[in-house]
Amino acid sequence: MSEKNEKEQGTNRTNEFVRSVAEKKYEFGFTTDVHTEIIEKGLNADVVRLISEKKGEPDWLLQFRLEAYRYWLTQVQPTWGHVHLPEIDYQAISYYADPTAKSKKGPQSVEEIDPELMKTFDKLGIPLEERLALSGTAVDAVMDSVSVKTTFKEKLSEKGIIFCSISEAVKNHPDLVRQYLGSVVPPKDNYFAALNSAVFSDGSFVYIPKNTRCPMELSTYFRINARNTGQFERTLIVCDEGSYVSYLEGCTAPMRDENQLHAAIVEIVVMDNAEVKYSTVQNWYPGDAEGRGGVLNLVTKRGDLRGVNSKLSWTQVETGSAITWKYPSCVLRGDNSQAEFYSVAVTNHHQEADTGTKMIHIGKNTRSTIISKGISAGQSQNSYRGLVRVGKQADGARNYSSCDSLLLGSQCGAHTFPYMDIHNNTATVEHEATTSKINEDQLFYCNQRGISTEEAVGLIVNGYAKEVINKLPMEFAVEAQKLLSVSLEGTVG
Amino acid sequence: MLEIKNLHAKVGDKEILKGVNLTINDGEIHALMGTNGAGKSTLSNVIVGNPNYEVMEGSITFNGQDLLAMSPEERAHAGIFMSFQVPIEIPGVSMTNFMRAAVNARREAQGKEPLKSTDFLKVMREKRKLVEIDQKLMNRSVNEGFSGGERKRNEIFQMAMLEPTFCILDETDSGLDVDALRIVAEGFNKLRTEETSAIVITHYQRLLDYIRPDFVHVLIDGKIVKTGTAELAQQIEEQGFDWIKEELV
Repeated sequence: MSEKNEKEQGTNRTNEFVRSVAEKKYEFGFTTDVHTEIIEKGLNADVVRLISEKKGEPDWLLQFRLEAYRYWLTQVQPTWGHVHLPEIDYQAISYYADPTAKSKKGPQSVEEIDPELMKTFDKLGIPLEERLALSGTAVDAVMDSVSVKTTFKEKLSEKGIIFCSISEAVKNHPDLVRQYLGSVVPPKDNYFAALNSAVFSDGSFVYIPKNTRCPMELSTYFRINARNTGQFERTLIVCDEGSYVSYLEGCTAPMRDENQLHAAIVEIVVMDNAEVKYSTVQNWYPGDAEGRGGVLNLVTKRGDLRGVNSKLSWTQVETGSAITWKYPSCVLRGDNSQAEFYSVAVTNHHQEADTGTKMIHIGKNTRSTIISKGISAGQSQNSYRGLVRVGKQADGARNYSSCDSLLLGSQCGAHTFPYMDIHNNTATVEHEATTSKINEDQLFYCNQRGISTEEAVGLIVNGYAKEVINKLPMEFAVEAQKLLSVSLEGTVG
Repeated sequence: MLEIKNLHAKVGDKEILKGVNLTINDGEIHALMGTNGAGKSTLSNVIVGNPNYEVMEGSITFNGQDLLAMSPEERAHAGIFMSFQVPIEIPGVSMTNFMRAAVNARREAQGKEPLKSTDFLKVMREKRKLVEIDQKLMNRSVNEGFSGGERKRNEIFQMAMLEPTFCILDETDSGLDVDALRIVAEGFNKLRTEETSAIVITHYQRLLDYIRPDFVHVLIDGKIVKTGTAELAQQIEEQGFDWIKEELV
């Protein structure tokens, strides 16, 4: 009798739990109902011209785009990633969606922005009114193809810091943009880089002048809203000699049954004695539990450590997207330059991630550190792929790589693909890798102390990811911790 | 009060408990002795709700509540605590964070606010003294790199933090040297209130010299075959279990 009762009650509990997880899972899946000007679906040279025209771009940029477009036409979508990238119908996507189109000339002040847009960003925890903003953080808020607003622009410009949307930078600082755009990730770098270079819409531009410590965190918040559109973000950060900036990007999207394409490029230039910290908390819609929908996150991110003693650190917490395929990389050109890559990638349900980094040592006594933590649950596949290359001239180069995988359940996969390409025998390269599994005995031990399974998984996962989370700016570290727990709810038990 | 009636339980396909009846009133200490594989650990694991053990028949009530219908964490919140025979390591989770989660989960179940950090650390400090456990261990991951003795002491420390009303000490004495045994047992005694009841599982008399049992039960082949007072434990220490088995035939 009691056996039956127990079983029934056990099943009820499980069902209830599964339901609650299914309902709660993705907090940011709402859509915003705003008038959005969307250009017709499809991609051809005229569409590229139209985008350029809408942005009022100079001819050199149009030529940049067209050249990239023509190159892209000659290429095929790559297939070497450990992901099942669906065939993307590039003609079924609209390449420009402008949710601010209602206002005549684009937003000039907070008053002119559609209140629905303000509400959306409020709901996402990104208030665009400066008096409400997170302390010490300036935000560039991008929805679909357009930057809605950039906060604290004036305050930053007092120090000579430029922080604005890339479209604005093209208008107001064309020489800077022309000098650096495509200098780190050339348009012909890869298939998705070519596509982005042809049709990129908005993103942020940051210029920190010489010997300036940026007084606040700079951040860009990317939001995809419109249906059947792609987002082609373009971010360019230039940190001049002796300067410092910490930059953070956050991403969310509504829940939709079809895949949404996000093909971005981030370029960072770091000059002599300068330092850039770039953090990402990526929470694009991951698709539903059956693997329908979700964002295809295909991104080229690269930093060029041009100067001596320059520093660049990538920190990423990746919990979203149906497919994440990217390698935030560093070219250590300047002597004594230092690069870091700290990553936590979480995959659940049917998500797939193939992510890691490339550390290209060119300068002498260059140092790089790679700390990668993969967490896989459900039926997901999580791969670390990394390249450490030490060039002939890179005397005394050092790399330390550590790649850990944590498995929850028995249907997911963790994979490690480390590549080393060493051409200098004074180099020191270390690689460590571990794979572990949260086991039932650990969870039961927590349960016996009164800690629920979900909370126990959260504790263990956060403990595991601590080394990376600690690298994030404080406010975002707290968010990232919560995100890790939520993303993995219902994965064990 | 814990009341076990006609309890049958299995692990995998193997029936281990074959009809256990046991009533433990508030304030009573019951020692459970028996040969290896007799079902002592199975009984403890069933009481705390380990999902690897399946109840086939029978009932357990705790203060009138149907324990078998409760999840392991609900049982913990109701005041049941087990000192594990082999406390497991949880890498990456510091003892302090672990304890904070446990204490606050229990408070939440009782409808109380989470403890403030300063108050929590104060309680930690007090309870640590009771079992003489090093502060350094609190900054380490749960049981990671702890010696056998430290792990057992850590179990009693957790008991101190959670203030259970019903405790199971599953071979808490194994792997302890004489001094550590005394500290752990005295720690347990200091924590006891008039309501605290316990099942003490042991192979040896020496733990029972510190924790005096009101009753001693002998578990053989999934059943309690003999019940006596503290003297029974003494007799088993001297003569083993064979004489009891012979009595059964």
